[in-house]
Parts: sequence; structure tokens; C-alpha cells
Amino acid sequence: MPRKTYVAAIQEALAEEMRRDQRVFLIGEDVRIGVFPSTRGLHTEFGDKRVIDSPISELAVAGAGIGAAVTGLRPIVDLMFGTFLYLAFDQIANQAGAMRYMYGGQTNVPLVFMVQNGAGSSAGHHHSQAVHQFFMNMPQIKVVLPSTPYDGKGLLKSAIRDDNPVLFLHSLSLGGKRGEVPADEYVIPIGEADVKRAGNDVTICAAGPTVYTALDAADALEAEGVAAEVIDLRSLSPWDKETVLESVAKTGRFIAVDESFPTCSAASEWAATVAEEAFYQLRAPVQRVTNKDVPMPFSPVLEKAVLPSEADVIAAVHKTLA
Amino acid sequence: MHHQDIPVDLALDIYTRVLRIRRFEEEVGRLFRQGQLPGFVHLYIGEEAVAAGVCAALTDEDTIISTHRGHGHVIAKGGDIKRMMAELFGKATGYCKGKGGSMHIADFEIGMLGAIGIVGGGIPIAVGAGLSAWYSGSDRVSLCFFGDGAANEGSFHESLNLASTLTLPVIFVCENNQYGEFTPAKNAMNINDIADRAIGYGIPGLVADGVDAFEMYRVTRAAVERARRGGGPTLIEAKTHRRGSHAEGEEAFLAGQTYRDEAETAAAQANDPLRLLHSYVSENGLLPAEQLEALDSDITQFVAEAAEAARNSPDPEIESLFEDLWL
Ligand SMILES: Cc1ncc(C[n+]2csc(CCOP(=O)(O)OP(=O)(O)O)c2C)c(N)n1
Ligand SMILES: [Mg+2]
Repeated sequence: MPRKTYVAAIQEALAEEMRRDQRVFLIGEDVRIGVFPSTRGLHTEFGDKRVIDSPISELAVAGAGIGAAVTGLRPIVDLMFGTFLYLAFDQIANQAGAMRYMYGGQTNVPLVFMVQNGAGSSAGHHHSQAVHQFFMNMPQIKVVLPSTPYDGKGLLKSAIRDDNPVLFLHSLSLGGKRGEVPADEYVIPIGEADVKRAGNDVTICAAGPTVYTALDAADALEAEGVAAEVIDLRSLSPWDKETVLESVAKTGRFIAVDESFPTCSAASEWAATVAEEAFYQLRAPVQRVTNKDVPMPFSPVLEKAVLPSEADVIAAVHKTLA
Repeated sequence: MHHQDIPVDLALDIYTRVLRIRRFEEEVGRLFRQGQLPGFVHLYIGEEAVAAGVCAALTDEDTIISTHRGHGHVIAKGGDIKRMMAELFGKATGYCKGKGGSMHIADFEIGMLGAIGIVGGGIPIAVGAGLSAWYSGSDRVSLCFFGDGAANEGSFHESLNLASTLTLPVIFVCENNQYGEFTPAKNAMNINDIADRAIGYGIPGLVADGVDAFEMYRVTRAAVERARRGGGPTLIEAKTHRRGSHAEGEEAFLAGQTYRDEAETAAAQANDPLRLLHSYVSENGLLPAEQLEALDSDITQFVAEAAEAARNSPDPEIESLFEDLWL
């Protein structure tokens, strides 16, 4: 199987879907040149009409995506960094997610918002936040956060084919990561987790870059004789409760690892669900490992200290074993 | 050419500000290329005359707000180069104790209310600083810098209208360097002059030559006087040119692609604000040649020392993560 980088896999998904469906187009700031390599080269193949450079007007671009979606197109709106979604919040929260329901099922909004999520570039609070948790909170917005090239491609294809608004989050810190990507057509259904590593002692749930933190912790724990099961959720909304609950039924211990601000984090949702639905199978209280509860600092030393670390995960596991 | 209305002291002051910015930015570019600086840096080379001329027309009480391309604004407002440099390195001795970085330098003591990495994010805050001056009966003015790209954000339009309806002492300085990242301004708007947008909000909109520091000083001074008199906001569009990359290291983003017209870059190069000022100062004998040279080498050396000191400064303590939280 060919090995590709995470960004190359995303680029491939965009190109293949644009070839497959004339209704799919890409709009955003500097998508032609490609601030992120994921959109690079698409303009050469698809031209001005299907790869549109926009002014720096996130609210208008997001809203225009919605308008195009409800009138028959399938837009991909690239808003660059996750934090720039805040400028488009009204269109996403008030409109995109609610339109179908609010108008009694008369319409649907087949639209992908695409941004880079989370830290990794040491660029301070305005460029280094993970934002997935805000959008998980909104009804009827799907949210995906792939951790591998394979998942990146497969999930983006599903997102583009989905008849609902999907927030596709990619990760700058994973951009150069290589992995196997089949040459043949495939998609990964939204809402299906991937068990990265089996184990009977503790369930560690993660998504995006924290999957690697969890896997590193699991390696270290193995040396201590603790077998951790690591689940990569891949989709955050809807999310694969069943796989998580099944795992917890086996292990009786649950650690949620999530790059979010702690309050109302993705980890909060996973932990609450496990506490609610698997209470009698738990042998220890659920644990959340998230960012520290502060804005994102610039200094690489501080940025590293804010993010969930392997040591934090191991400490949380130890707590459940005590 | 002699500018009768610009006294010698003022001309030298403006020249010095431009020179300090240039030498600082050159050093930052070097440090970035050597891999010494984390994050992104956006240099102000070619645009120095705007900040220098504008800030020379402000008092220490007047406030400014800046952008991702903000080093020049901080220096022009009188910022401390050592603390800036340390902040760029993410060190504890930096302006924001390493928590802000290149795109988030602030110095509230000198009325520099902060650089903001969100395009257009500072414009409404400047309106609030103007509101506060009006509310408290101060004759302080609030000024904000932002780019041509930012003029396409809703925040720009809402802010001009709000400042206009409340007749606030706010000066909007749009640095039209012809590009927002890799997109030419002419592809992102169907007007030639962003200043024309002022008409829609009932305030004056002026176009100024952003390469001419004295002209920037003059138009700003007039806008400041108007604002202090209670005349309300002004939009000033400075036509300028970004010499280098959008962000340092942009070659990596471009991967061989180009977005700029070579002729245009060459023309801008020939119309360099520092060179123009230098000729003015030397041709009019404002400072003897050897003193001019000494000034330059002093600044260059000071900047190099600032970099050295920053490099040798301690990283922030991890405990500092939990400082400067809720009072
Ligand atoms: C809200 C928002 N959108 C996009 C970006 C990414 N970005 C950073 S600088 C920039 C270009 C800004 O252009 P302009 O306002 O003209 O300022 P210049 O860089 O030319 O000084 C963009 C799009 C951002 N930081 N914030
Ligand atoms: Mg610009």
C-alpha cells in the first residue's frame, strides 16, 4: 500500500471528490496557493470556478457556503485556523446546524467546514486553540478529527458526501505524519471509532494528536504490566459510544484524553457518558486528561505544559489502579 | 526638497523610529532563518514610515492597537526593544512573560493596548478605547492599525459605523500593503481606495503616501486634532508595500508558486522609506554624516544585544502558567 503524508491524503480526498462530483467546490482564503498544503495544486486542475480565493471575510464565506448548499451545491469552506471559525459562529451555530430542523425538514445543508485544529505551531492563543468541543455542543453539526492519513482521507470523503454540515478538523502537528493509504477508493463512515490497541486493564479514549499521546502512554504502561486499550474516536459528533462502552465493560477503567479547555471539553462528554451508562462496570472514577485551564501560551515550554502529556495520562491511569 | 513644517527634532525623531524598526526587523528575520524563533513572524520592512509618522503625531496618553504585523507599531510607540525581543523568543523577560509572542506584544504603560493575531480583531477594541476617552472627558485619542485584508472583515465596517454614530475620537489607519497573505488586494475588493469606504459611514476618508513618513505624520496630526476637538473618527489609508514575505519562511508555503509582480516589487524597493528619509536628513544637513552613521551602528548594536540577552534569558517557569488568571 502506498505511504502518504496526512496532508497529502487530505489533498487526495479533495481532488477525488471534486473529480467525482461537479457540485463540489472549494472556497477560502488563499486556497489556490494553499496556506496548508492540503489545498495546493487543486486550482491547477479545477480552475477559478471550483477553487475560489475569498477575501478575509469568514462570516460571509461561511454563510455563502450555506446559501450555496441549500440551493444544490456541495461547498467545502476552508477557514484556515480553527479560531477563525469564531468569526463565523453565527452562520455555523445559528444557521447551518439548525436550518433543516428549524424549517421543518424542507432543506438540508450538505456543507464541509474545514480548519486546522489545535496547537503545534507555537503561535499563541489566536492560532493554537483546539475548537472541536464548541461545535460538539451544537446540535446537528457533525465533527470529525482524524489522526492518520488513512482516516483523514476516508473521513473527508464521507464528510463531502454527507448531506449535513460537517466540521472537518485537521491537525498541523500531524501534517507530515506518514501512513498507508490504499490506492483504491474507500470511505470511513462518520461515527465509527477505531480501536488502536487492545487491552483489558484500562480504556483510554482520544482523538486527533492525543491518540499518539495515549499510545505512547500505553507503551509505557505495558512495561509496568498494565494493558491499556486505546480508542481513537475519529468522529466527535456523532461519536461511537458503543465501542467505548463495550471497552469499559471489559476494563472497568476509563481515561478521556482530549486537547480541549477542560470545562465542557470533549473529555467531559465522554466521561459523563461512561459515568452515566457504565457506572456499575466501573472499578474506579473516570478520569479526564485535558489542557490546563488557561488560554494558549506562546512559549514552546509553556505550550507543551498546557497540553495533555504522556505523563498526565499515565498518572491518570495510576489513579484508577490505586 | 525641504519640509518647512517638520522641525529638525521631529524629522530626526521620525527617522530614528524608522531606523529602529528596520534594524529590529532585519535582526528578527535573521533569527527566524536561523531557527531561533518559535511560531510565525510577520515583518514590517517597507512599511516603517507608516508607524513612525503616525505615532510621532500621538502623545504617550493616546492609545494604539496593532496586528499580527505589529513589531513596528510597538517600536514607533516607544516600546522597549529588549522586552520585545525576549517576547519573540518566548522568554520570561518578555513583555508578556512569554505568553504572547510575536503576534501579541502589548505595553499598556505607553498606550500600546496590544497586537492581535486575528485579522480585524483590534478594530472594535479601538472603538472602545475611544469610547472610554469620550466617556471620561479625556482628550486622549484611540488609534488602530490594520491591513487592507482586514478592511474586508465585518469588524471593520461595524466599527467605523459605531465610532461614527457616537462621534468617538478614533483614528482608523489602514495599512494597504497591496496584499493579504498571497491574495492581491485588487482581487479581494473592487475599489482602488479603501479610504472610499469612509463615505458609507459618514466620516472622512483620506489616502496618504505610506512611504512618506512626514505625510503620514501630517495626516495623522490633522485627524488627531479633529478627534480631540470632538469631531469624531477618521479613516486614513496608507498606501504602502510589504517588502518581504507575508510571514517569514513563506517559501515553504509557496512551494515554488509565485504571487507577486516582480516589477512592482522592484519599484517598491526603489522607493524605500528608510532610504528616502536618510537622503532627506543628510541632504538637508540635519545631522552630520558621522553622527548619522553612529546612530545607525548604535541601533544595530543595541538590537544585536537585545537578541543576545533574549537568547540567554530564562524560559518561563511552568508555574507561571497559572499566573495572571482571574483576580
Ligand atoms: C480572522 C482571521 N482570518 C485569517 C487570518 C490569517 N491571516 C493572517 S494575516 C492574513 C492577511 C492579512 O492581510 P492584511 O490585513 O492586509 O494584513 P498584512 O498581512 O498585509 O499586513 C491572514 C488572512 C487571521 N489571522 N485571522
Ligand atoms: Mg495587506
